[in-house]
Amino acid sequence: MVPIEYYLILSVVLFAMGAAGVLARRNALIIFMSIELMLNAANLAFVTFARQYGQLDGQVFVFFVIAAAAAEVAVGLALIVMIFRSKHSIDVDQMSSLRE
Amino acid sequence: MAVDFELIMFFILAGVGIGTAAGMLLSRSAVYSALFLVLNFGAVAGFYLFLNAPFIAMAQITVYAGAIMVLFLFVIMLLGAEKLTPPEVLPWQRPLAVVLAGILILEAAYLLFLRTPGLGEIQMPGFGPDTSPAAIGAILFGKYLLPFEITSVLLLTAMVGAIVLVRPRKQGGGQE
Repeated sequence: MVPIEYYLILSVVLFAMGAAGVLARRNALIIFMSIELMLNAANLAFVTFARQYGQLDGQVFVFFVIAAAAAEVAVGLALIVMIFRSKHSIDVDQMSSLRE
Repeated sequence: MAVDFELIMFFILAGVGIGTAAGMLLSRSAVYSALFLVLNFGAVAGFYLFLNAPFIAMAQITVYAGAIMVLFLFVIMLLGAEKLTPPEVLPWQRPLAVVLAGILILEAAYLLFLRTPGLGEIQMPGFGPDTSPAAIGAILFGKYLLPFEITSVLLLTAMVGAIVLVRPRKQGGGQE
């Protein structure tokens, strides 16, 4: 038997690691992956509470999160490709102006 | 009392999950980061199986580890981003990020373990409600029908947006 707190603290640890990645890394692709990690940690908490309360609603929410993540990745990667075409770099420190 | 098998399984999977997350954050090459993240998604899918959510575990594998990470790898290869030199970082930023993440973890641990009355325990085989794809589909198309339809609009918008963004621009030939 695993206490529910263990699942929740694991979710928090994964979320904090994703947040640290967003703060510390400069590669736009790694930052995107860190965002995925944070979404995943939130999903883990959703499923944990769905299990605890015996409700399916939490699991349904995970599907919406996955769909939002897919949409975000598609648009975000398209943006990264465009930025790389004009600046030849995906370093977020280079992305300081809106025009080309 | 004998050693708890479920607890051992939990700690092994948690070690894999946290280790692969650390590998993703620390590796120099974006390709290695993406592959570590695939492993991490696999570990989290294992937790979903523990938590009586088999359908979500499979969706996690196919959508996250399959589709989304392939998209990531595709873009990494396309840009040649794995060969980019590690950029200059301001010296105080990285330690600050680690310290802030540690504070977040400590705060959550304090709230969870010291301020919350026991939340109970999870037994792995799982009783609870029916979590088959049929049951999830019934609630998805019943109670959550409107959000489901809005999701389709979101995905369509993202698809059109991605195509419009990467479309090659006409060189001065556009309508003014």
